[in-house]
Amino acid sequence: MNLQLAEDGRLRHLLTLDGLPRAIITQILDTAESFMDVGEREVKKVPLLRGKSIFNLFFEPSTRTRTTFEIAAKRLSADVVNLNIATSSQTKGEAILDTVDNLAAMHADMFIVRHAQSGAAHFIARHVAPHISVVNAGDGRHAHPTQGLLDMFTIRRYKGEFHNLTVAIVGDVLHSRVARSQIHALTTLGVPEVRVIGPKTLLPAGVEQMGVRAFHDMEAGLAGCDVVIMLRLQNERMKGARLPSAQEYFKFFGLTPEKLALAKPDAIVMHPGPMNRGVEIASEVADGPQSVILPQVTYGIAVRMAVMAMLAGGATA
Amino acid sequence: MKIHIKNGRVIDPMNARDEIADIYIAAGRIVGNGHAPADFHANRTIDASGLIVCPGLVDLSVRLREPGFEYKATLESEMLAAAAGGITSLACPPDTDPPLDEPGLVEMLKFRARNLPGPRVYPIGALTQKLEGQMLTEMAELTEAGCRAFTQADAPLTDTLVLLRAMEYAATFGFSLWLRPQDVSLARGGVAHDGAVATRLGLPGIPALAETVALATILQLARETGARIHLARLSTREGIAMVRAAKTQGLAVTCDVACTHVHLSENDLVGFDAHMHLMPPLRSLRDRDAIREALRDGSIDALCSDHTPVDEDEKQLPFGESSPGASGVELLLPLTLKWAREMGVPLMRAIDLISWKPAQILGVPGGHLSVGGCADLCVFDENAEWVVSPRTLASQGDNTPFLNHPMQGRVRYTLIDGHIDFEASH
Repeated sequence: MNLQLAEDGRLRHLLTLDGLPRAIITQILDTAESFMDVGEREVKKVPLLRGKSIFNLFFEPSTRTRTTFEIAAKRLSADVVNLNIATSSQTKGEAILDTVDNLAAMHADMFIVRHAQSGAAHFIARHVAPHISVVNAGDGRHAHPTQGLLDMFTIRRYKGEFHNLTVAIVGDVLHSRVARSQIHALTTLGVPEVRVIGPKTLLPAGVEQMGVRAFHDMEAGLAGCDVVIMLRLQNERMKGARLPSAQEYFKFFGLTPEKLALAKPDAIVMHPGPMNRGVEIASEVADGPQSVILPQVTYGIAVRMAVMAMLAGGATA
Repeated sequence: MKIHIKNGRVIDPMNARDEIADIYIAAGRIVGNGHAPADFHANRTIDASGLIVCPGLVDLSVRLREPGFEYKATLESEMLAAAAGGITSLACPPDTDPPLDEPGLVEMLKFRARNLPGPRVYPIGALTQKLEGQMLTEMAELTEAGCRAFTQADAPLTDTLVLLRAMEYAATFGFSLWLRPQDVSLARGGVAHDGAVATRLGLPGIPALAETVALATILQLARETGARIHLARLSTREGIAMVRAAKTQGLAVTCDVACTHVHLSENDLVGFDAHMHLMPPLRSLRDRDAIREALRDGSIDALCSDHTPVDEDEKQLPFGESSPGASGVELLLPLTLKWAREMGVPLMRAIDLISWKPAQILGVPGGHLSVGGCADLCVFDENAEWVVSPRTLASQGDNTPFLNHPMQGRVRYTLIDGHIDFEASH
């Protein structure tokens, strides 16, 4: 995975948290801290990326993630262009590399890429000219590194340390790029116990080899947890061969106040959004005192600013 | 043309020979092995000192991409590449466009191939019309046209009743069915071995079960019908164990693996290199090691290249969208030698897996160096070192997982029907 590191060890692309050194993850989180107050200022801008062109290259529709990247880029004073390729040239049969080449010819400095295929960001990163950085904004089931980083940022803000935590990730781990990025970040940062909880149909083969404990009984899995991360269950997976119904899923794997009570009293509840209330999480929990779901969104902007600033060679606000 | 190959180390597995000897060729036949026939005057003498002289290689799966996919490769380019790989006979699967499901198409392919230099081409006929898995093809007619066996190649056959009928019909005439065991439902949507690496990379998986479940069905139907079955491209440890057990019980089945799967595993997918996108998928190290061992103990009968030239545009895509397959005719020999070196297996055994054994499975002449047999030979330097690159490969498909890898062992001469069809320039 050296593709994302330059020879001098600096971050060149952000494609995955798998194999990303702990020092770099910590540096991103520290840099994000320094950006936290920019959003509070009257003029919400710093000039770090002035004159840089950032292309949001979304081969898969997304509003939320694209918007947070856009806000982050604009707060760094970059020029941002949004391309929803899902509805433009790709449907006309243009090959990905042709799209990328065309945008590179418009003097792009950075691509923020989302694609339905695992490995798409690697593929583009391997192809682009040396001065262009690629940020993976989600590729298939593989990785969503900025989400994983903002989750670490959130945990650090609320829990301070990683080395004494028990963290549970609950739900559709099989299809989740978020879960994979979280697992890599948590294990790299030294969390001693990472658990995944879900029915056998939604946990991937050999998941234990990523350094986690698998639970199929949510009560047992939540016992003693400091952090509970709920995953989104996609609509199309609520009924079918993997699950019989959203109702039955909620009954066994939805987070209710009763189940949350099994975790530590000061446990925090996280969710990458958008939530399905009443499917993976009860509203009382989502809106309850232990929920840090909205702060996650706020931190997401600072973390993405940090990533972009580090890729563009800047350091702090 | 009379050819004298002198001073070579002759390795002929069928005759259990491994010795320095001269070979004499005339009128497309081997006329002397060790001793020159009376009045033999060679038109051409090949000095094979330090080289190995063995039967020409017989490759059980080479996609020539004609008709229909000439942009991926042409008959000319792939026949030349096969000859450069020491191959003198090859079986060509029917997944062309249109598929080889009519005698006319088979005759056309044979006619085109006959008029080109390069190996003998043996088409494998489509088992079902258009490879759709519904209606049987005219197997007897196709056999008359030159088909050596019948297969679905990688096309699914979902209907078990059709498979049963196909076996019954084939058994009526003694035709051979070549089947790649893969349960369509269990493999659906998958692009990589369902294991720790696919989980880490987020690639949809094809479980080992997809092979073993299909294999259980095929073996059971074969027992019932007595059909002659060749199992193509095994990939799992459990699958190999099932075939080994079936053979022990006396079932007359044979099987092969692709030479890529002898060396690579799921671990090679890290980095998402689309050249590692193969079908069946590269499986775990445990599976790969089982393949290596089964080749040694004879549970696997033959090694093939599973040559699948793919247009570069179809590999220049994210892993899951890329076309599976690897170009391999020129790597079959060096990859077999590499396995033999690493496993400490005698050259005789290694050559057997790519010449005499596959010749028997295909039921064609060649694969041995007996006097009176057809003069299909391969002369190679087992120590020659080279690097795989588009420049060193003759195939139009540069899609190989071994790009830029060093290889040891290179073909110097390929003789087909007593003619020198390939001669290395150095």
